[in-house]
Amino acid sequence: MRGNPESHELIGAPNLSAVLAQLSAAPGQWTPIAGGTELMVAHAAGRLNAPKLISLWGLSELNFVRIADNAISIGGGATFGQIRKNAVIETDFPLLSKAASWIGSIANQSRATIAGNIVNGSPAADAPPALLVYDAEIELISVRGARRLPYADFHLGYKRSVLQPDELVLALHLPRRFSTHRQYLRKVGTRKAMAITKAALAATAIVEDGVIAEIRLAAASVAERPVRLFATEASLIGKRINASTIQSARDALLSEVRPIDDIRSTAQYRKQVAANLLEEFIHELSPEPSLA
Amino acid sequence: MSLIPLTVNGRPTQVAAPPMKRLLDVLREDLGLTGAKEGCGEGECGSCSIRMNGELVNSCLVPILQADGASIQTVEGLAIDAELHPLQKAFLECGGAQCGICTPGMLMAATHLLESNPRPTLDQIREGLAGNLCRCTGFVKIFDSVAAAAAMGGNLKYAR
Amino acid sequence: MLTPNPQDFLETMSDSPTHRPQTRIVGTPQIRKEGVDKVLGRAKYIDDLPGEGAHEGMWHGATVRSAIPRGRIRAIHFNPRIPWSEFVIVSATDIPGENHIAMIGADQPCLVSEQVNHCDEPILLLAHPDKRRLPEAVAAIRIEYDPLPAVLSIEASETLQEIVWGNDNIFKQYHLEKGNVDEVWASAAHIVEGEYSTGAQEHLYIENNGMIAEYSEETGITVWGSLQCPYYVHKSLMSVFALPADQVRVIQVETGGAFGGKEDYPSIIASHAGLLAMKAKRPIKIVYDRTEDLAATTKRHPSRTRHRTAVDGNGKLLAMEIDIALDGGAYATLSSTVLSRATLHATGPYVCPNVRISSKAWATSTVPCGAFRGFGAPQSIFAIERHMDKIALALSITPDEIRRRNFLHTGDTTATEQRMNEPIILDTLLERALKESDYHAKRKLFAGQNSRSPVKRGLGLAAFYHGAGFTGSGERYLNSLAGIDVPANNKVRVLVANTEFGQGTHTILCQIAAESLNLSYDDVEVAPCDTNVVPNSGPTVASRTSMVVGRLIERSGHQLVSMLRERASLPETYSAPEFFAACDRYRNRQGKVESLCRYEAPPNIYWDDKQYRGEAYPTFAWAVYVAEVAFDSVTYSAEVTNLYAVQEVGRVLNPTLAAGQIEGGVAQAIGYALYEKVLLNNGHMVNNQMTNYIMPTAADVPPIHVFFEEIPFAYGAYGAKGIGELPHDGPAPAILNAIQDATGHSFTAIPLLPEDIFLRFLAPTPNEEPVAQ
Repeated sequence: MRGNPESHELIGAPNLSAVLAQLSAAPGQWTPIAGGTELMVAHAAGRLNAPKLISLWGLSELNFVRIADNAISIGGGATFGQIRKNAVIETDFPLLSKAASWIGSIANQSRATIAGNIVNGSPAADAPPALLVYDAEIELISVRGARRLPYADFHLGYKRSVLQPDELVLALHLPRRFSTHRQYLRKVGTRKAMAITKAALAATAIVEDGVIAEIRLAAASVAERPVRLFATEASLIGKRINASTIQSARDALLSEVRPIDDIRSTAQYRKQVAANLLEEFIHELSPEPSLA
Repeated sequence: MSLIPLTVNGRPTQVAAPPMKRLLDVLREDLGLTGAKEGCGEGECGSCSIRMNGELVNSCLVPILQADGASIQTVEGLAIDAELHPLQKAFLECGGAQCGICTPGMLMAATHLLESNPRPTLDQIREGLAGNLCRCTGFVKIFDSVAAAAAMGGNLKYAR
Repeated sequence: MLTPNPQDFLETMSDSPTHRPQTRIVGTPQIRKEGVDKVLGRAKYIDDLPGEGAHEGMWHGATVRSAIPRGRIRAIHFNPRIPWSEFVIVSATDIPGENHIAMIGADQPCLVSEQVNHCDEPILLLAHPDKRRLPEAVAAIRIEYDPLPAVLSIEASETLQEIVWGNDNIFKQYHLEKGNVDEVWASAAHIVEGEYSTGAQEHLYIENNGMIAEYSEETGITVWGSLQCPYYVHKSLMSVFALPADQVRVIQVETGGAFGGKEDYPSIIASHAGLLAMKAKRPIKIVYDRTEDLAATTKRHPSRTRHRTAVDGNGKLLAMEIDIALDGGAYATLSSTVLSRATLHATGPYVCPNVRISSKAWATSTVPCGAFRGFGAPQSIFAIERHMDKIALALSITPDEIRRRNFLHTGDTTATEQRMNEPIILDTLLERALKESDYHAKRKLFAGQNSRSPVKRGLGLAAFYHGAGFTGSGERYLNSLAGIDVPANNKVRVLVANTEFGQGTHTILCQIAAESLNLSYDDVEVAPCDTNVVPNSGPTVASRTSMVVGRLIERSGHQLVSMLRERASLPETYSAPEFFAACDRYRNRQGKVESLCRYEAPPNIYWDDKQYRGEAYPTFAWAVYVAEVAFDSVTYSAEVTNLYAVQEVGRVLNPTLAAGQIEGGVAQAIGYALYEKVLLNNGHMVNNQMTNYIMPTAADVPPIHVFFEEIPFAYGAYGAKGIGELPHDGPAPAILNAIQDATGHSFTAIPLLPEDIFLRFLAPTPNEEPVAQ
């Protein structure tokens, strides 16, 4: 343990407004801490550069799952444990449910929040690919009010986002129109549990008479942030599923992704595996006879 | 320094601690409950696992401020006086503990699993314990112990 | 003289009355002696101490370590923002005795004085009352170096371009010759060559290293700690502190896993804690966090083994030429003995009339390697068992048949000319392993399915032995003393310096004592592992505890019964109360009730250290393992889906504990093969976190099927042989053999990660099929 608890100020607040007021009063001075599954690791490693922290844990205004006819809204403070247990999420957004089950371990899931996963900004984060292929919207809040934008526009670069210093993630909104989509999510990690992603692919698609009518693809650990693979999607939309389509989609993906070598894996491996995952998904979309 | 009230194994108490002090350290240093261990400090090994408000958590990742008013359950509260919890009996009989350092966390994870799923399949046991590393057993006799405890039936609930 | 029938064999060993086949307690699954405390969470490991009122005024210690792999220290700067007067600072100049850690040699300094020889080498020690102040203090010390060229691999060391140790970078070498290898090549039907390598491995005990030390002028130095060998630490401390034996006291506390990682390393951390305690004049606790333990403590020796093998047309071994290189890191530590075991296991469980083995342990500028379960055997056995499959493939013989044709049998001699006098049942083990794993049927099934599936399956096997106990005259040199006593509280106490760290030492030794005294298991407990209390029964290593120390306890029990009969009227048959009453009578007359025995070597064990010839081990455990794997061609990852472990280990003293050892060792070896990689950057471990050093989780371990055959060893406790290390020897080659079966690709290096397999699919090696010349 290399962190010194006495070097940090940590305060709570009675409600969301009080937190937002504090963030507004001293922008950039207060680091929000929710479940701590990232920040407390940094603290133990002696690299928590956050002299002042403000706790979001237990704020009911951030912790909710609201079901409406057209969409569900997941509060930024919802934990992955809660997300996993929600029956509607499991039915309507199974990829998110699956991703939640891959966060660390059960003990991590009971503390890690969806906002934390997003705001931490790791390109390897587990929730973002699913959110991206579900056309999620993200809602940010500050004393200045709330604003919504497509989640796909949230991450700007490596650990950079549109989030302002006085803002928090209030909610993710997912439109309930993917029930009839074909869906796919696969994570490739260093082991079967408690694994950081080496490559992951999420996909939703509609196939009509062997032709891809709609497709969304998103990946983790293939770029400096979680990304939609728009160019690869473009190579597939409106195409009949056959060996040649698969090949050109693979090529498009290999050109589009730009993973790196790091402590966990290599760029070459990540590229190839991402392409393999894509091919695996496309095979699932169509039974083999049509691939002749 | 903050004064943090919490209930530990059914007993209300309070601690004076810096708000960023880890719940793990509060348990071990302020409350003398050394069952929870520090194996990694980063939520990977699970040897610090305890239950907070009925959820399994890695206590090395919880700042004590966030445990304000919480109900904490640790391995020290599993046995009631001289009566071992069925899981503790099973670990003894089936050889689920070798060096014992992972055992407190493993017992908390297993208790948590059996409370919500009294008859887990082997795959469910694997998943329930996937956050607890054991270097001695290869997990085999830990799985056996959990299955044996489940088969014992009876009251698997954490009493305090 | 062939003795194929185990029962005949037992009866010829007529000197011991103890090998009656029926036992009441030995061989039964007694509950772990210290198990209740462990499941209650009441067991106290070093960081759980001090308890109430103990170690009053204790401070905490931390270590300042080198940032470069090799160089001279030019200057040390203490940042003035830290109030240094609050700290106690220790450097090499504070060492009262020798600045070295006494192990086999004395080349490793306790603290660096002038030259750094590996990253994370300890230079300074700090102590402070508040442990939370230490990390920033450590970070506030800036050391200036004049760097020297570092040698970071075996190959670099072999070039001798930079000499980093001795005259030639070689810690130790062995050369073994049997028959005449050179005469065979010309006429051999086939010659098969191969090169195999294994990486470093970290023990990853869940409890990090830790010590508490106290020092006083009157009593000298006392340490409490997480450790395997209290008398090793004792010897080291005597040297560092220039104190006589009775002024050094070492106490083992509950230890959370060791695997060899706490065999030699504790001497270092104990010396550090002691030096701070001496200078601070107060108790000191040093406990490493995971990142420090991973970066700074010992690892398994990486290896490179080259095989050149001549076989006849039927696949019978004619000659083996083997070159072994181990990477020992910066200091000799235990490299000479690791190398010895690697050498003695290099030919596998096979007969071969002509053998040449040349082995060397090389110095590099990396953290010194040390003991780790298997101790050189996993490295060698990986090579030979991969190589046997290569030979099989070259000759179109099946992996099981090639082994069957070459197995050692009773009466054969090994590479050191040791005649195998005991029963060897490798054929039985092989048949059982093939049967339990459904090897032939499954291989056929998988071969049919694989082309139509993205997941390819296969099976592979490995046959191996593990020499039980110390090599050659090692045990004679240890000259262990152990036994029992009976204090006035009506409990028998086992007196051993051997430590419990999960493998079941306490349980087994209590079972043996209870058996030999004809008492019940609950009548026996273990004395505190304290050098002031227990005799030196040798280290807890080399799979010797049950076999050798257990035998001393067995003998001590019989000896005590004789003593009580002779001097205290113990009746021929007795109840426990009668036993303890006799003990009371004895104690009243003699002062204490104590029965100790000293090690006696089995007859006909002659080992020539110079010629490297003779009886290398008093006995061997034998095994055949089968690994079943699934290879996913989408992710290039291989996983083990079943592991069948069949072994003959002498008498199984406690079936639960024995199976537990096999299961744990297999899991660790699966990690060794497929998951665990030590990543070094300029000699420093960069993946020194549990997130990045990957061991298998509960979701990753396959079903492990354990089967025992038992042929009692006459000189082991109740027939026991060693068991703890055997299971780490076989899985890795079996797994890679299985991967070759599944994919057709041969891999010769571990750890084998998906990224490594992937590269082969990118560019298959041109000559992948072994070319038999």
